Amino acid sequence: MSTKKERELTCIVCPVGCVMKVVQDGDNIEVTGNACKRGYTYAADEMTAPKRMVTSSISVEGGDMPLVSIKTSQPIPKEKIDATLIEIKKTIVKAPIKIGEAIIKNVAGTEADIVATRKVD
Amino acid sequence: MLKVDVAVIGGGPAGLAAALSAKENGAEKVLIIERDVRLGGILSQCIHNGFGLHMFKEELTGPEYAQRYIDKVENSDIDVMMDTMVLEITKDKTIHCINNEEGYTIVKAQAIILAMGCRERTRGALNIAGDRPSGVYTAGSAQYMVNMQSLMPGKSVVILGSGDIGLIMARRMTWEGAKVKMVCELMNYSAGLNRNIAQCLDDNDIPLKFNHTVVKIHGNSRLEGVTIAKVDENFKPIKETFEYVECDTLLLSVGLIPENELTSNLEIDMNPVTKGAIVDEMRQCSMEGIFACGNVLHVHDLVDNVSKEAEIAGKFAAQYIKEGIEAQREVVVKNKDNVRYALPNYIRTDVEKLDIYYRVTKTIKPAVVNVYADNKVIKTKKMRVLNPGEMESINVDIPKAVAEISVEIKEA
Repeated sequence: MSTKKERELTCIVCPVGCVMKVVQDGDNIEVTGNACKRGYTYAADEMTAPKRMVTSSISVEGGDMPLVSIKTSQPIPKEKIDATLIEIKKTIVKAPIKIGEAIIKNVAGTEADIVATRKVD
Repeated sequence: MLKVDVAVIGGGPAGLAAALSAKENGAEKVLIIERDVRLGGILSQCIHNGFGLHMFKEELTGPEYAQRYIDKVENSDIDVMMDTMVLEITKDKTIHCINNEEGYTIVKAQAIILAMGCRERTRGALNIAGDRPSGVYTAGSAQYMVNMQSLMPGKSVVILGSGDIGLIMARRMTWEGAKVKMVCELMNYSAGLNRNIAQCLDDNDIPLKFNHTVVKIHGNSRLEGVTIAKVDENFKPIKETFEYVECDTLLLSVGLIPENELTSNLEIDMNPVTKGAIVDEMRQCSMEGIFACGNVLHVHDLVDNVSKEAEIAGKFAAQYIKEGIEAQREVVVKNKDNVRYALPNYIRTDVEKLDIYYRVTKTIKPAVVNVYADNKVIKTKKMRVLNPGEMESINVDIPKAVAEISVEIKEA
């Protein structure tokens, strides 16, 4: 029996947004329609272990803004997004915060850190 | 009276890059006038990633992208007037502005760079019938509430318009715990980027309804629901398709308009299509020494393109005050078949190579871009697909003796 899986995907790696056709036959993944290598990597990941960057905000105490914007230091498994968002929501940090500062380490067991994307004084 | 070489109106991505470029190219006294209490413009509230792939070869969030420029401005001797509203710009390049600390200030500039950005179209621009409850926001003001003020506009959301801010807010509201029921789009295509449809809507199972609009708003003090409808080929709602959708929040992502109120006094030539100024390749307007860049000139999809354009404006503003700019020629750049607009509108220097930016009127797949010098094709480029929602550019060798450059798009 063939295990061939076929999907059409829109690449999210860059603003070009290539529409790609992905054919997966066991371990063999063929991608067409991608304009670059990163599209292939994205498509292959999407078939096996889809990942996303998460961007959000964390509450700040005593800062010149009530929030500090944050991102994951690397894309995290899609199924861990909810757990990550819950952990982000529970967290409160004290000002000042530097841009690039790690606020949560190894968020939701993803090996990614939550990093500040702005400074709050 | 304050005297400066170059005054930049607006401290968003365009203003920051323009001021830095003017400085780097030899303007001595450069001043940025910004109405907000911080620099960075709209980038401050765009906390999602996807910025900077062209400029920095890495993917940054909005605040990070802005900070790279803010750091450079802070490490330079560029002056910044924050929390300052420009009231008027007059033809003699005098800027009247006001703030709480210095009161009324008059700035006399040798060159002015317009970098005021754009604003969102509102409910009023759409004439949606019905009640006037709270809960109807532009996507950008909802974004400000969520990302800057730590406020949630509502719990149950319908979004009208599939521009990028609407798509980004669909994901943002979902991630903050709201239920986004649908995105309605009047056209049969989205003005947003494909990647945003994929990662904001598809990822969260939010339906995108093409050829749909909101025809009525219901609710007394708070929004209770909207009536949506399918539209026919003339964008007329079809009565049989009316459907009531319960929601407490309606977000509008229905287009951006360059914020050119300050420009009107100057009586410079405007382009009715872009709603921005007519400019030459230096981004100089029809009045000498007035430059424009970024979303006040034409609405961009990517901030990287805004920064690039601002660098051009800044460079030539510096050249203008140092040695003046003498027009070598006047070549008209025209948009032809299937091209909504092409920019710049004129070529005045003897530049040999030039990026011409353009947008198409409709989706063309696959497409051929032809650039003509007078009636001769000088460049042809095949494109897999061209979308009205995505600005493109083509690099062209400009011949010495030419009166008109034109861009046309054909189906391949």
